[in-house]
Amino acid sequence: MPLIAVNRLNLSIHDKPILRDVSFKIARGETLGLVGESGSGKSITALAMMQLLPHGGKAEGEIRFRKKNILQMPESELCRMRGRRIGMVFQEPMTALNPVKTIGAQISESLTWHFGVSKREARERAADLMDRVGLPASRFPLERFPHQLSGGQRQRVVIAMAIACKPKLLIADEPTTALDVTIQAQILALIKEIVKKDDMGLLLISHDLAVVADMADRVAIMKDGEIVETGPTGSLFANLTHPYSQSLFEASNHVPQKRVRPVLSIARRRTEPLVKVEGLVRNYALPRRSLFRKQPPFTAVDRVSFKILPGQSLGLVGESGCGKSTLARAILGLEEPNGGSISVLGRDPFSARGKEREAVHRSVQVVFQDPYGSFNPRHRIERIVAEPLFLLRGEIDEGEKRRRVEEALLNVGLSAADKEKYPHEFSGGQRQRIAIARALVTKPKLIVADEPVSALDVSIRAQILDLFADLRDKLGLAYLFISHDLSVVRAITDEVMVMNAGKIVEHGPTALVFDHPRHPYTRLLVSAAPDLKTAIRRRAKWEKKAGVAVTAKRDRMTPGKGET
Amino acid sequence: MLAYVLKRALSLIATLVVATAVVFIVLEVLPGDPAALMLGVEAREDTIAALHRQLGLDQPAPMRYAAWLAGLVTGDLGTSYTYSVPVSELVSERLAVTLPLALMALALSVVIAFPVAVIAARNRGRAPDTSIMALTQLGIAVPNFWFAILLVYVFAVALRLVPSGGFPGWSEGVGAAFQALTLPAVALALPQASILARVLRSALVDTLHEDYIRTARAKGLTRHAALWRHAVRNALIPVLTILGLQFSFLIAGTIIIENVFYLPGIGRLVFQAITQRDLIVVKSVVVLLVATVVIVTFFVDIAYAAVDPRLRRR
Amino acid sequence: MGAMALRQIVRAMRENRSFAVGAVITAVVVFAALLSLVWTPYAIDQLSVADKLKGASAAHPLGTDHYGRDILSMLMVGARTSIAVALVAVGIGIVIGVPLGLLGAARGGWIDETVMRFNDLVFAFPALLSAVMITAIFGPGAVNAIVAIGIFNIPVFARVARGGALAYKSREFVLAAQVAGKGQVRIFAEHILPNIANLLIVQGTIQFSLGILAEAGLSYVGLGAQPPVATWGRMLNEAQTMMAFAPQLALYPGLAIVATVLGLNLLGDGLRDILDPKLRRRVG
Repeated sequence: MPLIAVNRLNLSIHDKPILRDVSFKIARGETLGLVGESGSGKSITALAMMQLLPHGGKAEGEIRFRKKNILQMPESELCRMRGRRIGMVFQEPMTALNPVKTIGAQISESLTWHFGVSKREARERAADLMDRVGLPASRFPLERFPHQLSGGQRQRVVIAMAIACKPKLLIADEPTTALDVTIQAQILALIKEIVKKDDMGLLLISHDLAVVADMADRVAIMKDGEIVETGPTGSLFANLTHPYSQSLFEASNHVPQKRVRPVLSIARRRTEPLVKVEGLVRNYALPRRSLFRKQPPFTAVDRVSFKILPGQSLGLVGESGCGKSTLARAILGLEEPNGGSISVLGRDPFSARGKEREAVHRSVQVVFQDPYGSFNPRHRIERIVAEPLFLLRGEIDEGEKRRRVEEALLNVGLSAADKEKYPHEFSGGQRQRIAIARALVTKPKLIVADEPVSALDVSIRAQILDLFADLRDKLGLAYLFISHDLSVVRAITDEVMVMNAGKIVEHGPTALVFDHPRHPYTRLLVSAAPDLKTAIRRRAKWEKKAGVAVTAKRDRMTPGKGET
Repeated sequence: MLAYVLKRALSLIATLVVATAVVFIVLEVLPGDPAALMLGVEAREDTIAALHRQLGLDQPAPMRYAAWLAGLVTGDLGTSYTYSVPVSELVSERLAVTLPLALMALALSVVIAFPVAVIAARNRGRAPDTSIMALTQLGIAVPNFWFAILLVYVFAVALRLVPSGGFPGWSEGVGAAFQALTLPAVALALPQASILARVLRSALVDTLHEDYIRTARAKGLTRHAALWRHAVRNALIPVLTILGLQFSFLIAGTIIIENVFYLPGIGRLVFQAITQRDLIVVKSVVVLLVATVVIVTFFVDIAYAAVDPRLRRR
Repeated sequence: MGAMALRQIVRAMRENRSFAVGAVITAVVVFAALLSLVWTPYAIDQLSVADKLKGASAAHPLGTDHYGRDILSMLMVGARTSIAVALVAVGIGIVIGVPLGLLGAARGGWIDETVMRFNDLVFAFPALLSAVMITAIFGPGAVNAIVAIGIFNIPVFARVARGGALAYKSREFVLAAQVAGKGQVRIFAEHILPNIANLLIVQGTIQFSLGILAEAGLSYVGLGAQPPVATWGRMLNEAQTMMAFAPQLALYPGLAIVATVLGLNLLGDGLRDILDPKLRRRVG
C-alpha cells in the first residue's frame, strides 16, 4: 500500500484551472521526483498535499494518506497532520525562517506544538536535530537568528524543522535551487541520508533533471498542470515517449554548435588583447561592529589578472559572493579598482572621461541576469534598445538609429515591429533577447554577460545559448561569460576561469579545466555539479538489477492515470 | 546591542544640540532685538534698554546660547517676563496636565488599534475588515479638535454628564483629575488609533503573505497560532515607525485640544505667551517639546532593535 | 493628449471606487474654492446683526453666524484658504525635499548622511511648534501656517524620494544606462525620477490632506490666516463659544474638513492602487 496516493487531482485558483487529473503515489522509503518548468504546477501540487493552497484555490479528487482523504479532512485534523506526519522543505531558505525568532525556538516549536513536550526537552531535542542536519550546537548555538546563518545553513535549519516530528513523508519543493552547487550537493546528500535512515517517503520537486535523476527512484514529468509521463527513473529517461519530455531532456543536455577552433590565449600570444586585467583588487568597507575599531575591508576581488582576446569567449565560474560580478562591473567601468589595472583597448574604463570613456562603452556592452529588472518599464523597446546609441550621438541620424535598432532586433530573432511594444509584453526568454539586442546596437567587440541564462527555464536557456553562439560566429564577438552553472560555461566558452573568494584559482582551456581539474576547488565544483547522464546510467544499472524496468512500461501505458 | 544603543544615543545628543541651536537662532537671533520685540512698538527706549540688560542681550549670541544650554541641562530656564516666576516652575506645573494627557491618549490609541487591526487582518476582505477599514478611513479624516468639540457638545452640553472643561488639579484627587482628562484623551486617541490600526492591519496582511508564515503553517500551526506567534512581532516593525512619527502629531494635538477643554497645560501656556510676546516662555516650551519628540524617536529606535535582531549588529 | 488623459481618468474611475469617490469629492471642494474667487452667495466681510444666527433658509442654505455672515459663503472661502495653504506647503516640500532626497541617494557617503540627519532634525519640529515660533516673532498669518506646514513636508518628501531613488539606483536598467555612457544627472532625469513620480504623487495627496488638517488646527488656535479671511478652523473656534444655542455652527466647518480630507485620502489610496506597477503587472 502506498504511503500517499494522489488520485485524479484537479485544482483551480479563482476558477482558473491549474492542475488536471494529476495522479501519482509514493511508497514508504521511496523518492518520487516531480519535474517541470516554471508554471507547470509542481509547487501547487505540493501545497495541495499540505492543504496550504493560496486564496481562491479549490481542489477536487483524492489525496489518500493513512486511509484518509486529505482533501476532506477538517482543518483541526490537517493541523495535526502537517509537520507531524508530513514535513515540508521550501525553496527560499532566505525567507522561509522567521527573522525575529531564534533558530532554536523555531525548531523546537514543532515539538512543543505537536507533542506538548516541555520547553527544556524541546530545546534538547532541537540541539540533537541541529546536530543531525550538520549544525553542531557547539558551533551553532540555538540562540542564533536566521540572518546570522548562510543560505545553506538556513536550509539545514528548515530541514531540521521539517523532520523534527519524524514525519512519514517529506515534501521538498526546489530545496536547492537557491543554493550554490557545492552547497546543493551537501543538502541533497543530507536529505538522501535522512530519508533513507528513517524510511521516509520523499516528494522531490525540481526543475533540474540532473538533480531528480540523481535523487529519485521514480520520476513524474509535469507540463501545464498535467503529468505527461511517469516511471522508474532509469528506464523512463532511457525511453521517453512524450514529445514534451523528449524536448525537455534534449534541452537539458543541449550544447550549442561548438566552434571548430577555440580561441586560446596560449596559442596567440602576439594578438593585442581587448581587455587586459593586471593584479586587480577591489575592496569594500564593512560596517563597523564596534564604535572604536574599524573592520578590515572585505576583499571582493583579490589580485586578479587575465586577458580577453578579440573573438574569444572567456568563462568565469564561481559561487555566489566569490566576486565575479564585482569583476564584471570593474571591467564595465562601474567600480573603482583599489589596486592593479584594467585596460580596455588601452584605456582605463573607470578613470577615462568623455570621448575616451565613451569609446570603452562602445566596445564593451553588457547583458544582465534578471530579464525583468533590465529595462525601464516605462520605455518602449525602441527606446530601450537604442539607449547605448547615446554614445554615437552626433555621428548617426534618426534614420540610421532606427535602422540599427531594427538590425539588432532581427539579429536576436525578434521582429522590427516589436520595437513599438513595452517590456512587460514579452516573456523572460524574449526579454533576454531584447537585452542582447541592446548590447549589440553599438556593434561592440566584447559583451559581458553576467548570468544571462540563470533565470530561464531549460528549454529557453538552450535557445538563448544558441543565440549567443550564433552571434559570436556571425559578428566575431568576444564574451566574458559569467555563470555559477558549469554546464552553461562549458557549452559556450573557449577558456574558463574559476573564481573562489576573490581569487582566480584556475584558468585554462574550458574542456581541459573541466575534464582534468587541477585546483582542489575546481575539483570540488566539478564533482558537486549534478550530471544527468551519469545519474541516469547509475539508475538504469540499479533498476536492471532489481528488475523494475517492467513496471516502468506499465506506468507509461497509462500515463497520468491513477491506480486502482 | 550596546554599540547600537550608544550610537543612537550619540545621534540623539547631536540632534538635541542642533535642535536647541535652531530654536535659539529663530527666537533670539532672527528678531534682531528680542527685548524690543517683547515690549512692542510703543515701548520707551529706556524700558527696552533695561530689559535688554536684564536678558543679558549685550553678550554675544554664542555666549548666550552656551549659557542657555547650560541652564537647560541644570533645569534653569530663566524667568518669565510676564509672570515674573521661574519658567521651570511654570512649565513643570503645566506639564503635570499635558504629559498625562498625551500618555493616556497614546495608551488608549494603542489599546484600541491593536485588537481592531488583528480582527481586520484575520478577516481580510470580509465584512469585519471592510467595515473597520471604512471606519478608520473616516477616523483619519476627523480633526481631533473638532471631534473634541462634538464630544463636549454631546456629553457636557446635551447630556450634562461631565463639565465642559477645566481641570480640578491633581490635589483634588486622582479620580477627578483623570475624569477631566478622559474626554480629551478619547478625542486625541481616536484619530491616532485609526492611523495605527490601518498601518498595523496592512503590516499584518503583508506579513501573513511571508514565506515564514507558510513554514509555520507547514509545521502544523493553526492560522491563529501562526498569526500570534510569527506575524505580530514582525508586523510591529513598520508600526513602530508610525508610532514614532505619530508622537509629534500627538504633541501638537494635545496642545490644541487643551484649548477645547480649557485645560491648564503647556498648550494654554504657550498661546498666552505668544500673545504676551513672552519669548522666554515660548523658547523653553518649544525646546521642551522638541526634546520630547527627539527622545521618543530615540526610544523607538531602541525598540526597533529589541523587536528586530537584524538591527542590533549595526 | 488631453482627451486621452481624460479617457484614462474615466477608465480609472470606473475600475477603482476609492479613486472615483475621492476624485469627485476633491473636485467639488476645489470647484467651490475656485468659485469663491469670483463669486460667493454673500460677501463674507458683510456683517448684518439683523440676520445673525439664522437657521437654514432659501436665502442662506446653511444659515448665518453670530455676525449674520452667510455660512455657505464662509465655507467656500475657507475651502480656498485651506487648499491654498496645504497646496503651497506641499509645493515647498516637493521643491526642496525631492532634490535633497535625490542628492542624498545619488551621492551617498557623508552627503547622504547629512541629508538624513537633516531629516531627523526637521522631524523634531511638528508644524505646530514651527508655527508657534514663527508667530512669536512675526505675528500670526496664513504665510506662517504655510511655512510651518511646508517645513515639515520637506523631510517627508526627501525620505520618499531618497528611498525610491535608492531602490531604482541598483536596478539593472540603471547600470545599463551607465554602460550606455549616460551621466548621473541624465540617468536620474530619464530613469529614476519618472519611476518614482508615482510615489511622489501618492505622497503628495497624503501630505495635502494632512496639510488641510494641520491648517485647520493652526487656524483653530489662532496661528493661521487672520480675519477677514475665513478659515474652517477659526469658524470652529468661534462656534465653540455658542455651542449651547447654535450647535450647527460647529457642525458645518467640521464636516467640510472631514469631507475634504476623506476625499483626498480616498484619492490617494486609489492613485496608489492605479499607479502601483506591481498591481498593474498582476492585471496585465
